[in-house]
Amino acid sequence: MEANILDNLEVVYQKPETLTDTPFHYCPGCGHGVAHRVIMEVVEELGIQDQTIGVAPVGCSVFAYHYMNVDMQEAAHGRASAAATGIKRVLPDKYVFSYQGDGDLAAIGTAETIHTVNRGENILMVFVNNAIYGMTGGQMAPTSLCGQVTSTSPYGREATQIGFPLKITELIAQLPGAYFVARHAVHTPNAVRKLKKALKSAFEYQKLNKGTCFIEIVSNCPSGWKMNPLDSQKWIEENMFPMYPLGDIKVPGKSTTPSTENN
Amino acid sequence: MENSNKKEVRLMKGNEALAEAAIRAGIKAYFGYPITPQSEILEYFTEQAPKRNFTVLQAESEVASINMIYGAAGAGARVMTSSSSPGVSLMQEGISYIATAELPCLIVNITRGGPGLGTIQPSQGDYFQSVKGGGHGDYKLIVLAPSSVQEMADFVFEGFKLAEKYRNPALILADGALGQMMEKLVLPEEGSLPHVTPDWATIGKTKDRERNVITSLHIQPEKMEAVNHHLQEKYKAMEQEVRFEEYFMDDAEIVFVAFGLSARICQKAVDIVREKGIKAGLIRPITLFPFPKQRIADAAQNAAGFMVVEMNAGQMVEDVQLAVNGKCPVYFKGRMGGMIPTPEEIAVELEAKFIHHEEEV
Amino acid sequence: MIQTEEIIVAGFGGQGVLSLGQVLSYSAIMEDKETSWMPSYGPEMRGGTANCVVIISDGRISSPLVSVYDSAIILNQPSLDKFESCVKPGGYLFYEESTIVNPPTREDIHIFKISAAEEANKLNKKQVANMIMLGSFLEVRQIVKLESVLKALQKVLPERHHHLIPLNEQAILIGKDLVQKQLQETN
Repeated sequence: MEANILDNLEVVYQKPETLTDTPFHYCPGCGHGVAHRVIMEVVEELGIQDQTIGVAPVGCSVFAYHYMNVDMQEAAHGRASAAATGIKRVLPDKYVFSYQGDGDLAAIGTAETIHTVNRGENILMVFVNNAIYGMTGGQMAPTSLCGQVTSTSPYGREATQIGFPLKITELIAQLPGAYFVARHAVHTPNAVRKLKKALKSAFEYQKLNKGTCFIEIVSNCPSGWKMNPLDSQKWIEENMFPMYPLGDIKVPGKSTTPSTENN
Repeated sequence: MENSNKKEVRLMKGNEALAEAAIRAGIKAYFGYPITPQSEILEYFTEQAPKRNFTVLQAESEVASINMIYGAAGAGARVMTSSSSPGVSLMQEGISYIATAELPCLIVNITRGGPGLGTIQPSQGDYFQSVKGGGHGDYKLIVLAPSSVQEMADFVFEGFKLAEKYRNPALILADGALGQMMEKLVLPEEGSLPHVTPDWATIGKTKDRERNVITSLHIQPEKMEAVNHHLQEKYKAMEQEVRFEEYFMDDAEIVFVAFGLSARICQKAVDIVREKGIKAGLIRPITLFPFPKQRIADAAQNAAGFMVVEMNAGQMVEDVQLAVNGKCPVYFKGRMGGMIPTPEEIAVELEAKFIHHEEEV
Repeated sequence: MIQTEEIIVAGFGGQGVLSLGQVLSYSAIMEDKETSWMPSYGPEMRGGTANCVVIISDGRISSPLVSVYDSAIILNQPSLDKFESCVKPGGYLFYEESTIVNPPTREDIHIFKISAAEEANKLNKKQVANMIMLGSFLEVRQIVKLESVLKALQKVLPERHHHLIPLNEQAILIGKDLVQKQLQETN
């Protein structure tokens, strides 16, 4: 071992202790890995690893508990926020978060999503929106854009047939139970910094027992979108952001403003 | 509630007795959704919760309820839900996950007549669903079938004991009549069922241990088969918990097998035919899983035949036939769709089959 | 010999049929007897007919449901139509007469016609008609003592209604009187 050489090096960047040593299985360029890391950095920086329980969904991040080094539960498809409710109700002093994709949170789990927020459960819901079902092989998601080609919308999403992209984040922001609602991204270092700040606030707000914190992360799916990672980042900016604009949607102390200018 | 700890005889509805017993068993939380004929359970909990130390939540659906149970049980708490047939059908996916993740909890099904939206009158049509798993995959629930209001209360304690002993969900299978009827009972004592947060619970990972994960996902087939083997061994071990009750079995030549309310009715049918000199007896399975197959097999050695009585189209009768294994005839008498057989009609059926020798099922 | 009384109480929802049964059951508990109270439930409760089967016994009760009864306490015509034939030969039928168009016709049972609604109106409390019926029943079928019934009322009635117990007692006594008079007339 050449430990003595390493000893002389200054650590400038390292994996937080709140991530395990398991390498991410995510596709190259996928935003999930960054999203996992940012959440876990926040848990480490707040020193709440021993008080945090996460709930993983069904979808690409089904194995989130392989990577996040906190106590975790793997919930049934769409039911992460119900499981998180169960945890929080019996452990009201702990930090509880759910991590769900668009199919999980905004299709099969819509009822749980709305009612969890409507009850104002004091949890953090992280919603990763990449407008596609990644794990099952690129099918249309409730958030897929009009005209978007997926394996189940091979001619492009046709709103008259299958409805419009569901802006569930704006929807739940209307609920009195929602305390803090924001939309962020992980496609640039700057976006990641903003996301991290929002996540930190959201975890801290849990101590206040004021309601649900909900953070959408607009992300990419190079494999599902059938493009290279770089093009997928560009596609986010050109196509996703006009439909899903970044920024705060509901901030504590301010009333919800209908985001007409964002449509 | 005055003197909730005093051992007093009370007159209570089955549903309310069950709820009161659950509070005395120290439940930390109840999650449920209203459905007849068991809504009194949720109502009782919502009325009591502010005065006593537990959480109650009316969920948005049975699907949400059972997944809240998953979360709370995974966090190591003693929790329960209840519903009636259609609602329990909705819970099946979640129950499969709970069984696979090996989370102890109590599920109550106050059954109503089906199939479909059916009726709100009592039924035993959910026997198969209860004892054969119910959802997808190979799993079992510990199934307790009360037949009195006293047992509605007592089996809450038994259910939690067994669930926690085996890390397995337990189910109380009763019917609408048992939920709605009043009888006298002595309630179990509060605080007599201690609970320790298990070491596998997700309550926050401390430095001195690995993280705890609650999951039913094992994507490698080798691993998933190993999980299955483990579960099957556990179900085999549960066989030792088999419970049943006998009535006039010492010299019985004709054996009734019935559970829950049907067993009460059969007891009276035994009295009726005994007065006519017919030597009938009754085996009442108390645990439906594990099933008292050995006792039934033993009885089959000397019996002239069996008559299974159920409020369904014939479900437990299949398990009785397996246990009897062709040693003697097994007849079936059932009522469906919320109809309850009378002791008199069962007595007539027994005479038709065994005295007048009408054909076997 | 184990003494068992199987009773059907039936009428419209709102006539206090279910609570009459509960008072009976609770009275039995006061005397350390076994008892079961099985209601009809569901849509028929909501404005329609309601009934409950009460069984009181010295021994363990097997089936809480039976198809023939020792006694029937009937408060409306549909219930009379339904249950008259279900009284065991030699059994007892008590009916509240105010809404009965077609009175019972059986000759192999003891029949008592009770003007409970009329008497309750005299008390300016029509809700106690059920207790008048209970009094009549208990005068003939002395399966529980009056003092047990009074104790039971304390259990069944919420505390805020305990001031009504004397009125209920009065109603029960009126019911007893009504039957006494009938028995004296027939003797």
